[in-house]
Amino acid sequence: MRHVISVLIENEAGALSRVSGLFSARGYNIESLTVAPTEDVSLSRMTIISTGSDDIIEQITKQLNKLIEVVKVVDLSEAAHVERELMLIKVRATGKDREELKRVADIFRGRIIDVTDSTYVIELTGNTSKLDSFVGAIDASLILETVRTGVCGIGRGDRILRL
Amino acid sequence: MLLTGAEIVVRCLAEEKVEYVFGYPGGAVLYLYDELFKQDAVRHVLVRHEQAALHAADAYSRSTDRVGVALVTSGPGVTNAITGIATAYMDSIPMVIISGQVPTAAIGQDAFQECDTVGITRPCVKHNFLVKDAKDIASTIKKAFYIAKTGRPGPVLVDIPKDITIAKAEYEYPKSVTMRSYNPIIKGHQGQIKKAVQLLLDAKRPMIYAGGGVILSDCSEQLTKLVRTLGAPCTNTLMGLGGYPATDRQFVGMLGMHGNYEANMAMQYCDVLIAVGARFDDRVIGNPADFARIARKIIHIDIDPSSISKRVKVDVPIVGNLPDVLDDILRLLDASADRPDQEALGEWWKQIEEWRRRDCLKYKQSDEIIKPQFVIEKLWEVTKGDAFVTSDVGQHQMWAAQYYKFDKPRRWLNSGGLGTMGVGIPYGIGVQLAHPGSPVAVVTGEGSVQMNIQELSTCKQYRIPLKICSLNNRYLGMVRQWQEIIHGNRYSESYMDSLPDFPKLAEAYGHVGMRIEKPGDVEGALREAFKRKNDLVFLDFQVDQTENVYPMVMGGKGLTDMILSSEDL
Ligand SMILES: Cc1cc2nc3c(=O)[nH]c(=O)nc-3n(C[C@H](O)[C@H](O)[C@H](O)COP(=O)(O)OP(=O)(O)OC[C@H]3O[C@@H](n4cnc5c(N)ncnc54)[C@H](O)[C@@H]3O)c2cc1C
Ligand SMILES: Cc1ncc(C[n+]2csc(CCOP(=O)(O)OP(=O)(O)O)c2C)c(N)n1
Ligand SMILES: [Mg+2]
Repeated sequence: MRHVISVLIENEAGALSRVSGLFSARGYNIESLTVAPTEDVSLSRMTIISTGSDDIIEQITKQLNKLIEVVKVVDLSEAAHVERELMLIKVRATGKDREELKRVADIFRGRIIDVTDSTYVIELTGNTSKLDSFVGAIDASLILETVRTGVCGIGRGDRILRL
Repeated sequence: MLLTGAEIVVRCLAEEKVEYVFGYPGGAVLYLYDELFKQDAVRHVLVRHEQAALHAADAYSRSTDRVGVALVTSGPGVTNAITGIATAYMDSIPMVIISGQVPTAAIGQDAFQECDTVGITRPCVKHNFLVKDAKDIASTIKKAFYIAKTGRPGPVLVDIPKDITIAKAEYEYPKSVTMRSYNPIIKGHQGQIKKAVQLLLDAKRPMIYAGGGVILSDCSEQLTKLVRTLGAPCTNTLMGLGGYPATDRQFVGMLGMHGNYEANMAMQYCDVLIAVGARFDDRVIGNPADFARIARKIIHIDIDPSSISKRVKVDVPIVGNLPDVLDDILRLLDASADRPDQEALGEWWKQIEEWRRRDCLKYKQSDEIIKPQFVIEKLWEVTKGDAFVTSDVGQHQMWAAQYYKFDKPRRWLNSGGLGTMGVGIPYGIGVQLAHPGSPVAVVTGEGSVQMNIQELSTCKQYRIPLKICSLNNRYLGMVRQWQEIIHGNRYSESYMDSLPDFPKLAEAYGHVGMRIEKPGDVEGALREAFKRKNDLVFLDFQVDQTENVYPMVMGGKGLTDMILSSEDL
């Protein structure tokens, strides 16, 4: 099962390596990890996408909680939540492909944020599967470069993760 | 008050009432050593290899309720210390390690004796810090002691760059620590505790499985009360020995890979199991699938939630500090109108006595050749079961655990989790300094003892009168045993050739050496050794080379699938 784990952690040098070290040392799966400071700059928030059986996910949350600098851990996928990921994709845009790529980008509510006479950079946000579908929808031979942020997630409604 | 970083470090240690620092100097810690030189509140013990400093500090912790402290220099000082840190980490031993680091400006420059200490130690410490400003030293050291000692204990390392030890800062030792990200749970969940008490009272075949947590949290008194109140059998893990008096009838011995027959059987066939500060290690329950074959209710008390339901699913998890949780359980048991079912208990004990009659620790005595088990039995007799016993790793460790009946906690020191050969003598040093005047025996093998033999010199310098009992079987016996049983007697590299003359070696270091070759001389030699209160005596027992440790549960097998003697092979 795929899980979205949110972690509030002290914004200190080395904190990230404690988390990534934990995953590699214990052989846990890690699909993506995003981290940045929160509105309170002394705290960082991570979103970790991991897969594993319930037992493994339970161990992951326990082990994360055990790290001295971790303040709080929540498995967002236990309840309603939203996930977003940002992708920048550079495509070859020449001839009739220019029109077609623009059209597909519009359908996915993507924005073209850089244009040259032979390339576009398209910005797209959404959940992982939407980004995957976009990549699937355009001609693979036109893709020059992609970069994705990894998922960040937040609980819906009254579910709030803060101090 | 403005002080240098080095002065601050030493002040902090004194503030923590640190009696001994075990260490070894070097460039990055010169200013620290200079401050140590100028005072006498904190005493320094100079070992001969940093690994031994860590082990000695670790033993100081294990044998007291205090935090051991070690001090090493940057680079090779730290890398030499790693084995000692990892050993303490695996057994949850509270310790503070102070390491020197190259000056802040040189970090990352591949400077002389630089290593990424925080990175290299991260997987084997409870926490570590790199101090980047002299004004942070005091609060960091305060936190280090607090983190090491509270919750599930463990080693904490503080890395201090050389320039920080010279820089000046305002000094004040914090009175207390609060950390928003670290708040170990103390009290157990009351609903869960009630459930546990009811299960225990309703049990027909209760079993108490107590581990190192009992020793670490000094609650053997409460454990003993619980065992007596329930009238249940009690087993200890290798790390828990002494947590419940071994000479008591209700004690069924150690359990696990080399555990007692009756302990393993009771573990498997009980209907309610309560795990008290024990972590269902793979050397303890064997194959988890086989263990789960029989339905039983499991209660698990542990301060570390990640110890619970890691390898074995439990029914009633209780996260909390053992003394607090046990107090609550005892109070509820007392207050309950229900009593344990005496009739069912009678049946259960009948069964256990039957298992006990297998006498799984019996061995064939000989008039010709010394049996290693016999040496430990005699050691127990001669010391009246009241010595501190440290051990190395191997067959001798298992025999010490099986045949020395520990009645008190913190008397038995060994490396269980990491299984580090070479801890024996340095552990002896740490224990003896913590308990001057008490008899300290080091049970070791001719293989292990050579891994930190240089510490005989430290023993001379600090007049540490260990009684080193080497069960010399001329083999890496534990390895040989596996090769005999699993690898068709192909003794690949397990014969210890070219052994030194150990008694002479001990003498060269200024100690007393004895070689004992006949069973009839064992007791006399031990008596003589312990009579020499001020001498370190190295007893080189020439023991049977072919003896194996039984019972034995082979890797991957179920707990009840025990080999009881060589005839079972
Ligand atoms: C050659 C060899 C053979 C071995 N054979 C055996 C064997 O036959 N049998 C055996 O038992 N072991 C054996 N071991 C040791 C084994 O590897 C483990 O080290 C040991 O079993 C672990 O003991 P434990 O479960 O008591 O846990 P420990 O490692 O002692 O852990 C203590 C537990 O208590 C918890 N705790 C700590 N403080 C508190 C507190 N205040 N409140 C609540 N909980 C707390 C901790 O979180 C932890 O989960 C062997 C080792 C070697 C080297
Ligand atoms: C540092 C280290 N290296 C290797 C091992 C693997 N090992 C476990 S027991 C053992 C043999 C120990 O021999 P000895 O000290 O003579 O004890 P004996 O088993 O003969 O009693 C070895 C090599 C270990 N535990 N630790
Ligand atoms: Mg040997």
